[in-house]
Amino acid sequence: MMGSIDPILLIASLMVASTPILLAAIGELVVEKAGVLNLGVEGMMIVGAIAGFAMAVESGSPLMGFLGAAVAGAALSLIFAFLTQVLLSNQVATGLALTLFGIGFSALIGQGYTGVRPPPTPKMDFGPLSDIPVIGPMLLRHDPMVYVSILIIAAVWAFLKFTRAGLVLRAVGESHDAAHALGYKVVRLRVLAIAFGGACAGLGGAYLSLVRVPQWTEGMTAGAGWIALAIVVFASWRPWRVLAGAYLFGGVTVLQLNLQAAGVAIPVQYLSMAPYLITILVLVLISADRRRAAQNAPASLGRVFHASS
Amino acid sequence: MQRRTLLKSSAAALIAVSLAGPALAQDPLKVGFIYVGPIGDLGWSYQHDQGRLAIEEEFGDKIETVYLESVPEGADAERALTQMAMQGADLIFTTSFGYMDPTINVAAKFPDVKFEHATGYKRADNVSTYNARFYEGRAVMGTIAGHMTKSNKIGYIGSFPIPEVIQGINATFIHAQKVNPDVEISVVWAYTWFDPAKEADAAKALIEQGVDVILAHTDSTAPLAEAAKTEGVIGFGQASDMLDFAPSPRVSSIIDDWSPYYIKRVQAMLDGTWTSTDTWGGIGEGEVVIGEITDAVPAEVKAEAEALTAAIADKSYHPFTGPLNKQDGSAWLAEGEVADDGTLAGMNFYVEGIEGDIPQ
Repeated sequence: MMGSIDPILLIASLMVASTPILLAAIGELVVEKAGVLNLGVEGMMIVGAIAGFAMAVESGSPLMGFLGAAVAGAALSLIFAFLTQVLLSNQVATGLALTLFGIGFSALIGQGYTGVRPPPTPKMDFGPLSDIPVIGPMLLRHDPMVYVSILIIAAVWAFLKFTRAGLVLRAVGESHDAAHALGYKVVRLRVLAIAFGGACAGLGGAYLSLVRVPQWTEGMTAGAGWIALAIVVFASWRPWRVLAGAYLFGGVTVLQLNLQAAGVAIPVQYLSMAPYLITILVLVLISADRRRAAQNAPASLGRVFHASS
Repeated sequence: MQRRTLLKSSAAALIAVSLAGPALAQDPLKVGFIYVGPIGDLGWSYQHDQGRLAIEEEFGDKIETVYLESVPEGADAERALTQMAMQGADLIFTTSFGYMDPTINVAAKFPDVKFEHATGYKRADNVSTYNARFYEGRAVMGTIAGHMTKSNKIGYIGSFPIPEVIQGINATFIHAQKVNPDVEISVVWAYTWFDPAKEADAAKALIEQGVDVILAHTDSTAPLAEAAKTEGVIGFGQASDMLDFAPSPRVSSIIDDWSPYYIKRVQAMLDGTWTSTDTWGGIGEGEVVIGEITDAVPAEVKAEAEALTAAIADKSYHPFTGPLNKQDGSAWLAEGEVADDGTLAGMNFYVEGIEGDIPQ
């Protein structure tokens, strides 16, 4: 029998493992709050992964990599925005196409980057704080992106709850016709929300290729974007619940691998299905009350808006 | 996970049908390949694609190749195979264990198309199987691992609990224990062939448990990238050389070279001599190649590993030679007895000394 699991290391690794889906999910939350369903998260993530990787390798700076990833993710999402907001195409179909395009396109530009090692992303230096027992190694020895992702959650929460712009965004997501009648620029706002979502997904992808794995491999997101989409529903469109959902999912994923490595005698099949099972279970529980669940979903989600209607 | 499956199947259908080689007036032999991962994984699927490129090089415009990458194992593979057969492929290589039943099913519907299934055990008149004796390479890696580990804990990332993977775990452990009686092996099942993030997480979990040598039977280089983050942890290239991670953490590698086999089979098709066969080559046949052992390994360990490689190549040594007991202590092989291929091909038990159960 091998050693037991160290809870400090476990929490530290679950924060790292959850960050990519956390970033992608909070971006998608804003998009959906504005009433747009973008199923292209996976595609934007993987394009962010390669763009960030390439930028970091070429410039030697992980910071440039993350910036490049955000720009690339946003750029890709603007294709989606143009198609769905200007040409009024179907959002589901366009989002799926965006994912397929992103996976293929990232493989194309990634040709020269397989096997390359990215510049290491330094850990945050909190000085003596990092040496506090338990809390130090658990929470204060991560790379900056872990904290950035939590800050983004807090910012989105504050934006949606306390600012006028946040209120307008929610209004657009609830009833685009009413918002339009009040004189708000529905399309412009949605385009901005979509670009924000793209940038966040790009960051999430770059976190995979620059920190979590760190390398570029074709198809490396391996479905993380779809998990992020599920987590938005799981969180019933609330920012802090996105954090909880992502950490829960990441935590169970990491925990099951650790339990296996520690030689705990639980059948592996149960461990492997645990993250998905728990996600489904929570989804069922929170959607049990149909009226409340329906209230949480933005009422105009996925509906096409045209100013003439 | 429905969305994910949907994504993968549509991706498989849309992305990757690529026609290579010029179409000629006389009908060239059309050879198809189905890969479980992207050809850019730099591991398993990459090596199969190298085999595809080798036959293109060898036969030029006498053949034409098509491939589909990232085809999920299971029912969707059947659709992909049917599509390929209907598009006129004459010979189709299905390159992952999970394509076994789909291959057999589709082969029954297309009696004129020849199929070659990698690592499986079901054959038909138009279905051959082929495999490589990866466990021979694992024996060499196990020897190096046993010498190199300081914590006496080696970690193994398994994909699925199938005979091919279990052979590797046993061969690794037997040979690590031979040179280091205190060694323990810890196995983590990833239940995927290709998911870099999950493979990295698995490697991380093992390292946190004190493992300092990582072996992987998954398809990406992620376990090596994770090992590179921790000083003193080493690993091995799997399926492909993964030289980008040399000299450390990648201290050696097991390389699958499918080119000789693919060339031989395509030649048989062109000659009209193709028959259903079962081929299982190893180091001696050149199907399994041991990648260069780097200077991170002490010279005497390197020499020992190379001697073992040579002995396996000339068949003077078999990695599963008795006395060996099964995990439960019951006798498996008597002194000097070697395992027969039938037992190996269906291997579903650990040898004595390995902790934990194989998921059934």
